[in-house]
Amino acid sequence: MEFDALLLSRLQFAFVIAFHILFPAFTIGLAAFLAVCEGLWLRTGKEVFKRLYLHWVKIFALAFAMGVVSGVVMSYQFGTNWSVFADRTGSVMGPLLGYEVLTAFFLEATFLGVMLFGWNRVGRTLHFIATCAVAIGTSISAFWILSANSWMQTPTGFAIDPETGNFYATDWLAVIFNPSFPSRYVHMMLAAFITTAAVVLAAGAWQMICGRSSEPTRWQTRMAAGTLALLMPLQIWAGHWSGEVAHEYQPAKVAAIEGWCETGPVQGTVLFAWPADNACGLDGVTLPNTSPILFASAHGDLQGLDAFAEDERPPLWLVFWSFRIMVGAGMALLVMGLWGVFKWWRGTIAEPGLYHWLAVPTGALGFVAVISGWVTAEVGRQPWTVYGHLSTADSLAPVSAGQVATSLLVFMIVYAIIFTAGVVYMARIATRGFGDDPAPPPEKGRRAPGTPLGSVDDPANVPEDIVAAE
Amino acid sequence: MDLPLIWAFLIAIAVMLYVLLDGMDLGVGMLSAFASSDEERNMMTATIEPVWDGNETWLVLGGGGLFAAFPLAYAVIMPAVYLPVLIMLAALIFRGVAFEFRHKAVREPTRLFWNGAFYGGSLAASLSQGVILGAFITGFETSGREYAGGAFDWLSPFSLLTGVSVMFGYVLLGACWLILKTEGELQLKARRFGLWALVAVAICFALVSVATLAVDPRVTERWGVSMTSIEIAKILPLSPVPITGLALSAWLARDMLRIGGDSAGPDWRPYLLAIGIFLSGYVGLAISLFPWLVPFSFDIWDTAARDNALGLMLVGAGVMLPIILAYTIYVYSLFWGKVKPGDGYHA
Ligand code: HDD
Ligand code: HEM
Ligand code: HEM
Repeated sequence: MEFDALLLSRLQFAFVIAFHILFPAFTIGLAAFLAVCEGLWLRTGKEVFKRLYLHWVKIFALAFAMGVVSGVVMSYQFGTNWSVFADRTGSVMGPLLGYEVLTAFFLEATFLGVMLFGWNRVGRTLHFIATCAVAIGTSISAFWILSANSWMQTPTGFAIDPETGNFYATDWLAVIFNPSFPSRYVHMMLAAFITTAAVVLAAGAWQMICGRSSEPTRWQTRMAAGTLALLMPLQIWAGHWSGEVAHEYQPAKVAAIEGWCETGPVQGTVLFAWPADNACGLDGVTLPNTSPILFASAHGDLQGLDAFAEDERPPLWLVFWSFRIMVGAGMALLVMGLWGVFKWWRGTIAEPGLYHWLAVPTGALGFVAVISGWVTAEVGRQPWTVYGHLSTADSLAPVSAGQVATSLLVFMIVYAIIFTAGVVYMARIATRGFGDDPAPPPEKGRRAPGTPLGSVDDPANVPEDIVAAE
Repeated sequence: MDLPLIWAFLIAIAVMLYVLLDGMDLGVGMLSAFASSDEERNMMTATIEPVWDGNETWLVLGGGGLFAAFPLAYAVIMPAVYLPVLIMLAALIFRGVAFEFRHKAVREPTRLFWNGAFYGGSLAASLSQGVILGAFITGFETSGREYAGGAFDWLSPFSLLTGVSVMFGYVLLGACWLILKTEGELQLKARRFGLWALVAVAICFALVSVATLAVDPRVTERWGVSMTSIEIAKILPLSPVPITGLALSAWLARDMLRIGGDSAGPDWRPYLLAIGIFLSGYVGLAISLFPWLVPFSFDIWDTAARDNALGLMLVGAGVMLPIILAYTIYVYSLFWGKVKPGDGYHA
C-alpha cells in the first residue's frame, strides 16, 4: 500500500466525517429529547422536566459547537480533496447540499442563540418554539445529507453529458427520493435517537451508582430505557430494510457483509469468520439456509463474492466485521432497553446494581454502532463514489501527497485536542447530577425563569470530588 | 433568465453578508486579546455569543453555494488554496469551540489556553481569509478543467497585503460593534482600537487598490487608470465608489473621535459607516473582476451548473432567503441593546 494522495485523501475523509458524525448522531437525538422535556414542562408544569432541560441543554451546547465546526470542515472537503467529484457531480449533488444549508443550517444556528441565551428575553412559548426549530432543523439537515449520500450509493434520475462527462439531473424527485434513501434516512434517524438514549441512560446510571440520584435522574433513566426498548426493535426492522435495498442495488456490498463466497439459490448466515487461503478469502461458522427468511424478498440466485471481479469487490474484512460490530452493539442496546423497562416495571430501576454498572459502558455503544454502520455502508460501496459511474480514484483533486499528509496531521491533532476537552467537559456536567432539589428560581411574570446556564457552572456549586478529579 | 448571472449575484451577497457579520465577530474575537480582565472579556463575547453561529453559516452558504451553482469554480479554487483553507478551518474550529470551552475550563492553564484559542483562532481565520482573497484576485493557473499550479502559488506579497487588510477591516467592524453594544470604559477602549484600525484600513485599502491595478491589464483597462495614463471617460463614472469609501471613512473618524463627548452621534452609526466602507471596497472589487469567477481562466457562465440545477436552487433561495433574513433580523433585534456585566453564559 502506497501513501499517495488518493489513499491519504480517503483516510482524511473517513477521519473527518467519522469525527463529524459523532456529534450529529448525538445532537439530533438530544435536540428532540430537549424539545420533549420542555414540552412536558409546559404541559404538566412539573419542575423535574425543566431541570432536565436546563441540565442537558448545557451538554447540547457543547456537542452542537463541536458538530458545527467539524461540519464546516466537511463542506470544504469536496472541493479541496475531491474536486473532480465536485466538478462532475455538482449539478446533481450541489442543490441537495444547497437546500441543506438553506432549509436546515440557518434554522438551527440562528435559533440555537435563542435557545441558549433567550431565557430572559422571550416568553415560554417562544422559547419552546426555538427549541423545536433547532430540533426540526437537525432532522431536515439529516434528510438532505442522507439524500445526497444515498444518491451516491444508488444513483437514479440523472444522465451524463457526453462532452464533459458531467452528471446532470433528469428527474429531481428520482434524485432526491432515490431507492436507498427512505430506508437509510429512517435507519439514521433511529440511530441518532438510540445513541442519545444510550448516553442519557449511562449518565443516569452513573449518578445512581455514585449516590447522586435525584428525581430528574430517575426520570431520565426511565425515559432512556423506555426509548431504547421501543426503538431498538424498530431499528432492527429498519436495518433489515436497508439490507434488502442494498442487496437489490449493491449485491457486492451484501456479499461482503454476509461473507457469501459462492453464488447460489440459498445462502446461510456467517456468524464468525477468519481469513483463509481459498478463492473467497474466508472460512467461517455458518448457520445454513437462512436466506429464505432474511432475504425473503430476493428473487433468483443470491450472488456471492465469486460473482465479482477482484477489483470490484469492496474490502472484505472491514465490511464484514463492521457490520457485525453494529449488529452486536444493537443487540446489547436492545437488551439494556428491555431489562431497564423490566426493572422500571418492578420498581427497582433506581437501585444501583449490575444493570447500572453495565449501563455505563453502554453509553458508548450507540456511537460504536453509528461509526461501524457508516463504515459498512461507505466501504461496502468501494471502489465507487457514485456507484457504478464514478470511481473513487477518478474523483481525486490535483493535490500533492505532501499537502494531504499535512492536512491530515493537522486535523488529527486539532480534533484530538478538542475531542478530549469536549468529552471531559460534557462528562463533568453529565456525571455531576442535579444536586438536591434546589428552591426554584423566582419567576418573573410570564417569562421563562432565571438564567439557566450559569449558576451550576460556578465551580463553587460543583460537588467537591469533581473539582478534585479535574 | 440568465441564471448564472443571478446566482453570481446571490453568492456575492452571501459572501458579503458573511464578511459583514462574521467579520464583526472575528473582529471582536481579536479585540478580546486586549481585554484587561475576565469580566471585560466576557462582556465582549456576550455581545456575539447568541449570533456567531448564524453568522458563520453564511460561510457555509458561500462554500456550499459555490459548489452548487459553480461547481467548476469550486473544483479549481479549493485545491489551489488548499493550505490557507486548512489554516482557516483549523482556526475556526478552535475559535468556535472556545466560545463554549472558555466557560467550562476550571483550571487556570486550560482557561488561558481556550482564551488564547479564541483570539488566536479569530486572528488566524481573518488572515487566511484575506490571503485567500488575494490569491483569488491574482488568479489561478489551470489546464483543462483542473487547477494546474503548485501548492504555494497562493503565497505572494499581494496576498499577504490583502491578508493584513482583511484583518484590520475585521478589527474595525468588531470595534464598531463593541461601540454599539457596550458603554463606559469598554466602549472607550473599543473607540481607541477602532481609530487605529480605521487608519490601518485606509492605508491598506489604498495600497490594495493600487496593487490591484498592477495585477492584470484587464483590470487596468476596466478602470481606465494605469501607471502612465488616465482615461477620464472610464474612471469618471466609476469614481463615486472610491470617493464614497473615503467620505465614509472621514465621517467614521469624526464619529469615533466624538464618542464619550457631548456631541456624540448615535452608537449604531459607526457600525453602519464601517459597513459602508466595506461595501465600497467590495463593489470596487466586483468592478475589477466581473465576470471572472476563476480569474482569469473561467467566467461565470463557463463554471455554472446546469440550468435545471440553478433553477431548482433559485426556487429554494427565493423562498428561503427572505425567511432566513427575517428570522435573523428577529434574533438580532431580540438581543438588541447594551450588554450588561453578567449577561450571557455566566450570570
Ligand atoms: C454526502 C456524502 C457522504 C456522506 C454523508 C458520507 N460519506 Fe463517506 N464518503 C463519501 C461521501 C459521503 C465520498 C466522497 O464518496 C467518499 C470519499 C472518498 C471515497 O472513497 O468516497 C467517502 C468515503 C468514506 C470512507 C472511506 C472508504 C474507503 O476509502 O474505503 C469512509 C470510512 C467513510 N466514507 C465513512 C463515512 C462515515 C462514517 C460517514 C458518516 C457520516 C460518511 N462516510 C458519510
Ligand atoms: C459529507 C457529508 C457531510 C457534510 C458536507 C456536512 C456538512 C455540515 C456542515 C457544514 C455543518 C455545520 C452547519 C452549521 O454551521 O450549523 C453540519 C452540521 C450538521 N450535520 Fe453534517 N455534514 C455531513 C454529514 C452529515 C450526516 C451524515 C449527518 C446526519 C445524518 C449530518 C447532520 C448534521 C447535523 C444534524 C448538523 C448540525 C450541527 C450538529 O449538531 O452537529 N451531517 N454538517
Ligand atoms: C441490529 C440490527 C441492525 C441491522 C440489521 C442493520 C443493518 C444495516 C445495514 C444493512 C446497513 C447498510 C445500509 C447501506 O449500505 O445502505 C446499515 C447501515 C447503518 N447502520 Fe445499521 N443495522 C442495525 C443496527 C444499527 C444500530 C443499532 C445503529 C445505531 C445506533 C445503526 C446505525 C447504522 C448507520 C449510522 C448506518 C449507515 C447509514 C445507512 O446506510 O443507513 N444500525 N445498517
